[in-house]
Amino acid sequence: MPSTRDIRRRIKSVKNTAQITKAMQMVAAAKMRKAQQAAVMGRPYAQLMNEIMAKASEGTIGFDHPLLQSRPVNRRAVIVISSDRGLCGALNSNLFREVTKLDKNSTVFITAGKKAAQFISRTKRNLAAEFHYKDTPDFSEARVISKYAQQLFLEGKVDAVDILFPRFVNTLTQQPVLMPFLPIGKISAATAGINEPAKDLASHAGPEIFEFESDEESVLGALLPHSLNFQMHQFLLETKASEQSARMVAMKNATDNAKQLIKDLTLEYNKLRQANITKELLEITTAQMAVG
Amino acid sequence: MAATLKLEIVTPEAKVYSDSVDMVTLTGVDGEMGIFPEHMPLMTQLVAGEVLARKNATEIALAVGDGFVQITKDRVAILTDMAIKAEDIDEQKAEEAKRRAEARLQQKLSDEEAATVHAALAHALAQIKVKQHHRK
Repeated sequence: MPSTRDIRRRIKSVKNTAQITKAMQMVAAAKMRKAQQAAVMGRPYAQLMNEIMAKASEGTIGFDHPLLQSRPVNRRAVIVISSDRGLCGALNSNLFREVTKLDKNSTVFITAGKKAAQFISRTKRNLAAEFHYKDTPDFSEARVISKYAQQLFLEGKVDAVDILFPRFVNTLTQQPVLMPFLPIGKISAATAGINEPAKDLASHAGPEIFEFESDEESVLGALLPHSLNFQMHQFLLETKASEQSARMVAMKNATDNAKQLIKDLTLEYNKLRQANITKELLEITTAQMAVG
Repeated sequence: MAATLKLEIVTPEAKVYSDSVDMVTLTGVDGEMGIFPEHMPLMTQLVAGEVLARKNATEIALAVGDGFVQITKDRVAILTDMAIKAEDIDEQKAEEAKRRAEARLQQKLSDEEAATVHAALAHALAQIKVKQHHRK
């Protein structure tokens, strides 16, 4: 039987925890709004980029670029994007469950975010490189990751690059998704990680043959890597949005649980206190009766 | 008969401009070009500098960064990493950014950093150029 003082101490500690989780929830909520907004802002750009790519590739039959080449896949790289910190519910563990499904020997991993790097090295998988990104992902951070992946692909070290990231569905749901990154397949299908309905962009205005200035090699040669970099950036933004909303929900649950616990403990405390008082009263009356 | 062009300028942060205009002037890799409606389909790379749009005899100037342009007969789509309207440009800030970028170029930089600094410098120069044109 715990004493009243023990219970009081526990209530105090749970209250402190609740305060911290409440604060984290507020911070995550504020950051989430920003992250979601950033992810949404990129949409018109992504849409227009896809449109341009779809139209351009349509007008250039027979155009070949090393980034478009699909080879039989012997080795592949997977870019895993996770959060840097924990306390965000099942976000990272769901992601890593997908990782464990991949073949250990023929897959090399590129990680963005500390948690992914820790997991890959802890489970002794092949870690090719690890990258970091800030709370508000920069385009330059995305460019570094995407460049590295392109290099691996172009040098023939891997035959395909996939991306594994927590897709932001809504505030309550984030879904780990494995998406092809390289080679660039059917361009119109490669929406930059947003929940856009897959529009048939190609049939937009009928086939048009484009002139290229200066020549198609240099224009498409610049456009393809750029669009990959941009996609990468979009993935990072989306991961951040997922992370913050997962954290907000997890912290809200923690706060609610703590409050419930405080309620239960308070009830127990009061009961015990009451029992003590009754006991004391009883003792006093008994003593009085013995004297009288 | 498409008598106007639909000009769309989009950056990763926002859709900066979307309107029908009569003519667009921009700088491509092979030099400046003016685009009227019924232009032949063309794709090119955009060089940081000035984009001029003429609508009902008024001119709208924008400073843009590097990017891509896709031209169809009734539409000009510009995809760039920066686009600011002339009246929104803060010249002092641009000058400051230019100085900062130039100072950074004196130091030893990795490829990545250099690319970022070069882009920043191009942005600043474009803004200054547009602002000066606009004042005349």
